[in-house]
Amino acid sequence: MAKKLMKGNEAIAQAAINAGATHFFGYPITPQSELIEFMAREMPKVGACFLQAESEVAASYMVYGAAGAGARVITSTSSPGLALKQEGLTYMVSAELPAVIVNISRGGPGLGNILPQQGDYFMCTRGGGNGDYYHPCFAPASVQECADLIVEAFDIADEYRMPVLVLGDGMIGQMMEPVEIPEYKKYVPNKPWAADGNHIARGVHNRINAMDLAADVLEAKNNKIQAKLKEISEKYVKYESIDVEDADLVLVAYGTPSRACKNVLKKAKEEGLKVGLIRPISLYPFPKVAFDKINPKCKAILAVEQSCGQMIEDVRLSVLGKYPVEFFGRTGGNPIIPEQVFEKVKNILGGTK
Amino acid sequence: MAVVYKKSIALTDAPLTYCPGCTHGIIHKLVAENLVELGVYDKAIGVGPVGCSALCDFFFACDMYIAGHGRAPAVATGIKRTHPDKFVFTYQGDGDLASIGTAEIVHAAHRGEKISTIFVNNAIYGMTGGQMAPTTLVGQKATTAPYGRSEEHCGKPIRIAEMIATIEGAKFVERVSVNNPANVRKAKKAIRRAFELQLEGKGFGLVEVLSTCPTNWGYSAVNALKWLEENLIPYYPLGNYKDY
Amino acid sequence: MAKGKLTIDSEKCKGCELCVNFCPKKTLELGKETNTKGYFPVTVVNDECIACGTCAIMCPDSIITVEKE
Ligand SMILES: Cc1ncc(C[n+]2csc(CCOP(=O)(O)OP(=O)(O)O)c2C)c(N)n1
Ligand code: SF4
Ligand code: SF4
Ligand code: SF4
Ligand SMILES: [Mg+2]
Repeated sequence: MAKKLMKGNEAIAQAAINAGATHFFGYPITPQSELIEFMAREMPKVGACFLQAESEVAASYMVYGAAGAGARVITSTSSPGLALKQEGLTYMVSAELPAVIVNISRGGPGLGNILPQQGDYFMCTRGGGNGDYYHPCFAPASVQECADLIVEAFDIADEYRMPVLVLGDGMIGQMMEPVEIPEYKKYVPNKPWAADGNHIARGVHNRINAMDLAADVLEAKNNKIQAKLKEISEKYVKYESIDVEDADLVLVAYGTPSRACKNVLKKAKEEGLKVGLIRPISLYPFPKVAFDKINPKCKAILAVEQSCGQMIEDVRLSVLGKYPVEFFGRTGGNPIIPEQVFEKVKNILGGTK
Repeated sequence: MAVVYKKSIALTDAPLTYCPGCTHGIIHKLVAENLVELGVYDKAIGVGPVGCSALCDFFFACDMYIAGHGRAPAVATGIKRTHPDKFVFTYQGDGDLASIGTAEIVHAAHRGEKISTIFVNNAIYGMTGGQMAPTTLVGQKATTAPYGRSEEHCGKPIRIAEMIATIEGAKFVERVSVNNPANVRKAKKAIRRAFELQLEGKGFGLVEVLSTCPTNWGYSAVNALKWLEENLIPYYPLGNYKDY
Repeated sequence: MAKGKLTIDSEKCKGCELCVNFCPKKTLELGKETNTKGYFPVTVVNDECIACGTCAIMCPDSIITVEKE
C-alpha cells in the first residue's frame, strides 16, 4: 500500500479495520471523535459492526460481550471515558477476554480540557480498575507507529486473551503524517473458549465470567494472569534508544514529547553536550533493559512528560538509584518546548562546556 | 408411564445455590423450559447478573456470561451484534436492572436490541443481605431502611415494566408472578412470547417476574409467597404492557 | 383418576415445602430424616397422587419427576 497523509486518529481507525476488526463500540469524546466517526463511516463498508453506546461503561461491556463471543473488537475514548471503562477492563482481564482499547488522552483531572496531556499514565499502566492486574500498554510517537501498534495490539490481545491498551496523546490523534497502513487481513476466529452458542456441537457449555468465589480458584486465576504478564514482559518490551552508551545525560520521554526531546538531542550535539534518549514504546511492560545500556558515568536521567510526573516512577524503578533522576513537565495542555528542556539539561550538567 | 414433569435439559445438574424456596429457581426452570420448547436451546446464549443469580452460568446448560453489576444488556448487545442468528437473553435482579443498570436496560430497549430480558423483582437486594432496592415498597423494612422505606426520603418504588413499555424499541413487556401454580403457568407463557418476539426479529422484550426472597424478607418460603401476593402484586399490577 | 409416580432427588431437596403447600392431595410431607445437606427432604405419605405435576412445577430446585400411569 502506498503512503497516505493521515491524522493519527484516522490511521488508528484504518489500521484497526485492516487488522480485521469486526466490532467497534464507543462513545463520543474529544479529542478522539475523528476515530469513532471514521469507524462509523468505514466499518459498514467492510461488513463490520459499528455501534455507538450510551456510555463508556456500556461500551466496555459491549466489548466484553463481543469479545467473549469471539469477535475482534476495539473501543476508543479519551481520559474521562477511560476512567469509566476501567470497570469493563478489569472484568475483561478476569474473564480473559481479548480486546483493543485506545485512549487519546486529554487534560485533567476532572473534565480538564481537550488539549494533549499525559496525565493518564498511571491509569493506563497500573491496572486502572479494581484488583490485582496489569495489561499491556503501548504508546506510539508517530502516525505510522499508531497504525503498526494497533495491528500488533490485536494479535497480542488474542495471543494472551487480554485487553491491550494503546495510549496516544491528543497531539498524535490530530497530527498529520504520511503513513502506510498494513494490508487488510480478514479475521478468522479460532477461539474454542468463546461463548458463541455452539454448546451442543462442543459438548460443553462455555462460561465467561469474572467471579471466582473459592479462594484457591481465584488465587489460581491471579497466578495465571501474572504468568501471562510475565511472558508478555519478556516478549513485548519495545523502546527506542539513542546515544545512551556515552551520554552524560539521558532524556526519557514517550509519545509526542519524545519528538521534542529529539530536537533537544540535536541542540545538545551542536553545543557539544552528550545527551541520549530512551523512548519507551511499551509502557507496560516498561523497558527496564534499556537503562542497562546507559553510560555508567552518566550524570543524570531527565524524565520529560506532559504531566506532573508519572512515568518518572518507572524510570526510578528502572535505574534503582544508580543515577539521579530529574524531572521536566508541563501540564494543562502546554506543549513540551525543546528550548525549555534544553535549559533544564544545561542546568543539570552545569552549563555548556 | 408418561412423563408429566421432568427437569429441563437446559439446566445442568449443578445444585442451585439459592436459599430454600427462593423462587429464582422457579424462574430458571421457566426460562430453560421455554428455550427447549421453542427449539432455541441449541443456539441460546445467556447473560447473568451480579446478585444471587451471579452463579447462573453454572445452572443454565447453554453458553453463559456473567456481566458486571447492571451491565447484562450491554454484554448481550455485544453478543447479539456478533451472532445475530443466535438467541440471547439476560437474567437480572432488581438491584441489577432497576438501580445500577438503568442506563443499560433503557438503551438496550431504546435500540430495540433483539434480546429478551428476564427481570426478577424481589423488592430487595438479596445477595448483599437485604438492603433497600429501588423496588422496595414504602414501609417495607430493609437493612438500609431499618425503619421502613420512607417515601419522603427515598421516593416511591420504581415500576420497570410500565417504564420500559414507553420505549419505542421495546416490543413486548409483561409483568408476571410465580406465587402460585396458575401464575407460574402464565409466567411461562409470557416468557415464551418474549422469546418468540426475538425469534421474529421484532425488537426488545422484557418480562418482569415478581419473585420472593424468603431469607431477607424474614418469612418461610410458603409465607413469602403470601406476602408477595398481598403486598407486591397490588403495587406492581400483573399483566401485559406491550405486545406487538 | 390417573395414578402418579414421583421420583424425588432427596439429596437436593431443601425442605422448603412449596410442593407440600400446593399438592391438592396432601401427598407430600417433610420426612423425619435429614439429607447430607441437613434438610428434611420431602416424602410421599399417601397414594392419592393424581399426577397433576403441580409439586414439580413449584419446586424451585427441579428435583421432582412426575410420571403418570
Ligand atoms: C459495582 C458493584 N456494586 C455493588 C456490588 C454489590 N452487590 C452485589 S449483588 C448486589 C445487589 C443485587 O441485588 P439484586 O439485583 O436485586 O439481585 P438479588 O440478589 O436480589 O437477586 C449488590 C449491590 C457489586 N457486586 N458490584
Ligand atoms: S437471599 Fe433471597 S433472593 Fe437470594 S437466594 Fe436467598 S432467598 Fe433467594
Ligand atoms: S403430582 Fe400433583 S397430586 Fe401428585 S404429589 Fe405432585 S402435586 Fe400432589
Ligand atoms: S419444593 Fe422441592 S426443594 Fe422444596 S421441599 Fe419440595 S421437593 Fe424439596
Ligand atoms: Mg433483588
